[in-house]
Amino acid sequence: MTYLAGEGMCGGYGGVDILHQCSIGVDKGEVAVVVGPNGAGKSTAMKAVFGMLELREGQVTMDGQDISHLKPEQRVQLGMGFVPQSANVFTSMTVEENLEMGAFIRRDDISETMSGVYELFPVLREKRRQLAGELSGGQRQQVAVGRALMTQPKVLMLDEPTAGVSPMVMDELFDRIIEIARTGIAILMVEQNARQALSIADRGYVLVQGRNRYTDTGTALLANIEVRKAFLGG
Amino acid sequence: MLIDLLNALALIGNFVVVPGIAYGSQLALGALGVTMVYAVLRFSNFAHGETMSFGAMVTILVTWALQAHGFGLGPLPTALLALPVGMIVTIGLCLGTDRLIYRYYREKKAVPVTYLIVSVGVLFFLSGLIRFIIGPKDQVFADGERFIMKARAFKEMTGLDQGLAIKTSQGITVITAVVIVALLFWFLNRTRTGKSMRAYSDNEDLALLSGINPERVVMITWIITGALAAIAGTLYGLDKGYKPFTYLGLVLPIFASAIVGGVGNPLGAIAGGFVIAFSELLVTFAYKRVVGYLTPGDWVPDGLVQLLSTDYKLAVSFFILVIVLLIKPTGIFSGKTL
Repeated sequence: MTYLAGEGMCGGYGGVDILHQCSIGVDKGEVAVVVGPNGAGKSTAMKAVFGMLELREGQVTMDGQDISHLKPEQRVQLGMGFVPQSANVFTSMTVEENLEMGAFIRRDDISETMSGVYELFPVLREKRRQLAGELSGGQRQQVAVGRALMTQPKVLMLDEPTAGVSPMVMDELFDRIIEIARTGIAILMVEQNARQALSIADRGYVLVQGRNRYTDTGTALLANIEVRKAFLGG
Repeated sequence: MLIDLLNALALIGNFVVVPGIAYGSQLALGALGVTMVYAVLRFSNFAHGETMSFGAMVTILVTWALQAHGFGLGPLPTALLALPVGMIVTIGLCLGTDRLIYRYYREKKAVPVTYLIVSVGVLFFLSGLIRFIIGPKDQVFADGERFIMKARAFKEMTGLDQGLAIKTSQGITVITAVVIVALLFWFLNRTRTGKSMRAYSDNEDLALLSGINPERVVMITWIITGALAAIAGTLYGLDKGYKPFTYLGLVLPIFASAIVGGVGNPLGAIAGGFVIAFSELLVTFAYKRVVGYLTPGDWVPDGLVQLLSTDYKLAVSFFILVIVLLIKPTGIFSGKTL
């Protein structure tokens, strides 16, 4: 049984369904990547798993427990961390305050988790007194990921973490994401940069118009001629 | 020559600097309340002036009760002893209006302009309530020593022709404002709850994702706003006398202060308060005697050398407001978040 799974999800905004029997999931220590063309419902599928979208059909389970009826805040309490695509840091607060706010639900000592985040992203330690809004795009994404890690989540969900960052920063960020997965956290992410993302994925989902088109390991999808032709530009 | 210069400085000190610092502190405290509500609840609370009046009224009623029983603070006004009660009752009023009125619109996710109109409704209700309880007339409640430094004492001390008086109410206003502002900044920047308010004000959705409870943030905002309003209202009443209708007129300079500084930014509210206060005083001050000291005798013109009559005080705030909105609409400190 997959640790976190959205199964047969149908739903959308207003009356119209965007997701049609869509299923995505991830196990602990794995990286799962959702790719697909624009408007395929990638982000919507992710939001549905996180509870930001009312499901008409289907369910979301975590550790075998049905969590479909829980609000996003409650899912955070259960150990889901979510990094939205945009506006994902508190721009008027320092890096350190951002991390502190990430740990808001925790009542115990957070200093160890914080130094863990600083070890993962050394540049943040240097800039910890600087306002998050003054950082570069890549550094902001690091703050955003760091903020989500502060709750010590079991699952980390990333909505296009490399949107708007340079290719070099992107590689660096992917390396860090693999490192996070190695600590036993399940990572579910949506990506535009399909080729690079699939190359680090244990599971890959190719969505088209809200439906699962291909599901396989990342390497297998990269090797699949049809996937390459249709989605990876040859 | 030097004596003339010192006299001119004493004159300006007495009529511009000292009252400006006191009035600026009062506006800053008022603008802080407006800015807190704007930053967290995202609407312009036009009822803030009446909330200040309400806080002052409760403080006055308690002051009278204390005076009747012979309690006092010696040289300090008894109102300081009554102020905590005024603060608590005003906090209760703010939490009550939120519970009964604003929460309903929050749940309906009303647009800011709806809130604004609602706050005007609250304004009228409060202003009626205040007149119902304490009446529309002026009330005297200041007691204790009236001056920290009398004009005559200053003249004797320095040998100048011009006196420099500092009223007790002015001294108390400035000290209280400094303490309150320091406490507020400590709270917002150092405590977990204060930081969570800043986070909520910065990015509501992300705050929710971080497990920050919006209703708690809103509650604390009203507690701070109520306390600030009661303090500002009482200090203004102590300094200038309590007249219920003046608090409606205070709304304009208070909003001008908040907007000039950058609405939603506490530092801006303070800076804005002093900008507005000093502009009002500098523009409406009659410079005739200053000119007399600084120039050879016969240069003094017949007029008062006053840029605007004091009746146009409010126009000054309005004018500055328009200029700021035209040139730098985000204000000096580019506001929007705490």
